[in-house]
Amino acid sequence: MRISNINFMQHRKTALLLSLVCVVASLGLIFFKGLNLGIDFTGGNVVQAEFAQPTAIEDIRQVLNSVGQGGSVIQSYSERGVIIRISANEEEARKQAVNALRTKFPGIQIIRLEKVGPVVGAELRQEAFIALILALAGILAYITVRFQFRFAVVSVAALLHDAVITLGIFSITGMEISSSFIAAILTIVGYSLNDTIVVLDRIRENWKNLRREGIVDLLNNSINQTISRTINTSVTTLLPVVALYVWGGEVLRSFSFALLVGILVGTYSSIYVASGLLAEWWMKSPQKG
Amino acid sequence: MLRRDRWRLGLVAIVVVAALVTVFPISGKINLGLDLKGGAHIVLQAKESEDSKVTEDSIERLLAVLRNRVDQYGVAEPVIQREGRDRVIVDLPGIQDPDAALELIGKTAELEFRSVIEATAAVPPGPQRPNYDSDEEFQRAETRWNEARSQIEAAREALAKRSEEITGSRVSRDDEGRYYLLGPVLVSGKDLVDAKTRYDNLGRPVVGLTFSSEGAKLFDRATADNVGRQIAIVLDGVVISAPVVQERITGGNAQISGRFSAAEASRLSIMLRAGALPIAVEVIENRSVGPSLGEDSINSGIRAGLIGASLVFLFMLLYYRTLGIAADAALAVAILLVFAGLISLKATLTLPGIAGIVLTIGMAVDGNVLIYERMREETRAGKTPLAAIDAGFKKALTTILDANITTLIAAAVLFYFGSGPVRGFAVTLSIGIVASVFCNVLVTRALLQYFIGGRGAAGSLLPRS
Repeated sequence: MRISNINFMQHRKTALLLSLVCVVASLGLIFFKGLNLGIDFTGGNVVQAEFAQPTAIEDIRQVLNSVGQGGSVIQSYSERGVIIRISANEEEARKQAVNALRTKFPGIQIIRLEKVGPVVGAELRQEAFIALILALAGILAYITVRFQFRFAVVSVAALLHDAVITLGIFSITGMEISSSFIAAILTIVGYSLNDTIVVLDRIRENWKNLRREGIVDLLNNSINQTISRTINTSVTTLLPVVALYVWGGEVLRSFSFALLVGILVGTYSSIYVASGLLAEWWMKSPQKG
Repeated sequence: MLRRDRWRLGLVAIVVVAALVTVFPISGKINLGLDLKGGAHIVLQAKESEDSKVTEDSIERLLAVLRNRVDQYGVAEPVIQREGRDRVIVDLPGIQDPDAALELIGKTAELEFRSVIEATAAVPPGPQRPNYDSDEEFQRAETRWNEARSQIEAAREALAKRSEEITGSRVSRDDEGRYYLLGPVLVSGKDLVDAKTRYDNLGRPVVGLTFSSEGAKLFDRATADNVGRQIAIVLDGVVISAPVVQERITGGNAQISGRFSAAEASRLSIMLRAGALPIAVEVIENRSVGPSLGEDSINSGIRAGLIGASLVFLFMLLYYRTLGIAADAALAVAILLVFAGLISLKATLTLPGIAGIVLTIGMAVDGNVLIYERMREETRAGKTPLAAIDAGFKKALTTILDANITTLIAAAVLFYFGSGPVRGFAVTLSIGIVASVFCNVLVTRALLQYFIGGRGAAGSLLPRS
């Protein structure tokens, strides 16, 4: 690849504004439209079943209606396979619904059952929250020690940006958030940081030229020096994630979708959010060094 | 190759051989999670009530009874363990019928024999629209049915009032909606020594009971006192059947006949043999995956992994040419090390864990990309190939470490807080990170040195494009 010389920082204000809009919009979506939390978080009953013949969702709903579970969410993932989230929480309701389905569709196979009590769901929500806070704190501390506090703040800002936008996209699409989503978000956080740190690392290395180049050129040079790596790594990470999304099976679909979104947003944010913020911050209050 | 660099090649060779020995033959060496091999994961919470308190002792006895039941049911390699103060986790691999398993472990199985003082009528089955000619007729039938129901409700209240006057009595219902006013306990499950599934002369499954000598005495007296009257057999507060005593029964044998299937009868006898749970439990989590879905998940995970890995291998080859071979070799070693790590740590591979491995494949070459881009820069700056390789590795090393340690922090938090599958993901991700850093730094470098040593020059390795 030729040595690129793109003036990335020229558009930093537009990019930061765009990011701000996306983050605010995502937060708005999360608060007002909400997230489609799976039973891991809310508690409830899920049944995954495969029918002997292709079966219309309408017929399934009719059967569920007859046992008073008409409000269930039915989602088909193949001609014969459905995932049913039963509207009532009790074990009894689930048994009734399954029995009714068994009677109506004799060849049905129940291949997965999940029941989570509301207490467990609440505990998981709390644990997920604590886990995210702890991970962020640990990362912040590490980068502060290895780099400087400013670098730590902008990289945490970049990864929060990625996490919030990923949540926002899940809110728009209405995809379900299960416990493996926490794993996906923390992986995105890890990836986003990985990406950001490579850029910041180069900035730190070039820091001695600050007086001569000025912050904007220094950032531009650093990004240009690392851009081919940024692109290559995004490609090599995206390839398996796309494979997971397409061939990884139904259970992993929302997980791999989160990773897909997170990697794309994470690549962008390591350049524009982290470096852009660093530039603005530096110009507002330069520090000796 | 310089003599001082030989140690690297040696170390890599030792690690690879050790990993190969650990991994192959691979069949049966990796612990598969329940989501991959199929099975039921059930979490029970002990419920405190006035009669039974949650104590160390009651939880220990609960575990013992559950183990006994599961063993008798015949599950290979079950896991029954305590979690926290008042929870119990039961993992049953390979279960075909999760509902049956749930019945088996979630029921208290407290058996009582009580005399029947009075009983209401049974609730008739509700009217079905297709059985009636017109909506009007159907509605009249529904009204009649509702009346019958409310009469029985009223009768239940009357029974409840009378029950307050008789000590030790209680009101229970059966599965036809009939209510009984029952006298004090005559004989209980404590006095049982055995319970077996038998068949009566009509071929219906029944549960045959054998009492201890103490129980036999109690049962003898109970039947003698109640000839011509009903004795109710009550399980967990629900009347299973209430036969009329034909004659005094001596000898300590009895049988329960309900309307159950052979499988239900066998479950009931297991529960009665193992004894009642010392404390009531509630199922707060139940995850069951059929063996076929588990197999599907493994297959699609492997397919996604193979396709993803091939794409990454191809990309590195096309983009970096000769250097790509070293990167691909390092990636292959990294994948091998991940499996070796999983096996030697006895970690459990879950579905998100497979996703973690697939993801690692993409992230593992990041180190190589960093190093190679550095080497290109150094070459452009005019360094000789050998010096460029040295500088590339040296300068990229801190970046690789910084970038991976932060991911490791996130993985560690996941491991500490996550449960089940999420934990499996954290483990594979962590192993993947460590393995890929090792491969980036040592395996690639050893290979490059070998290449250079073999050719005497590395000019073709680093095209100055």
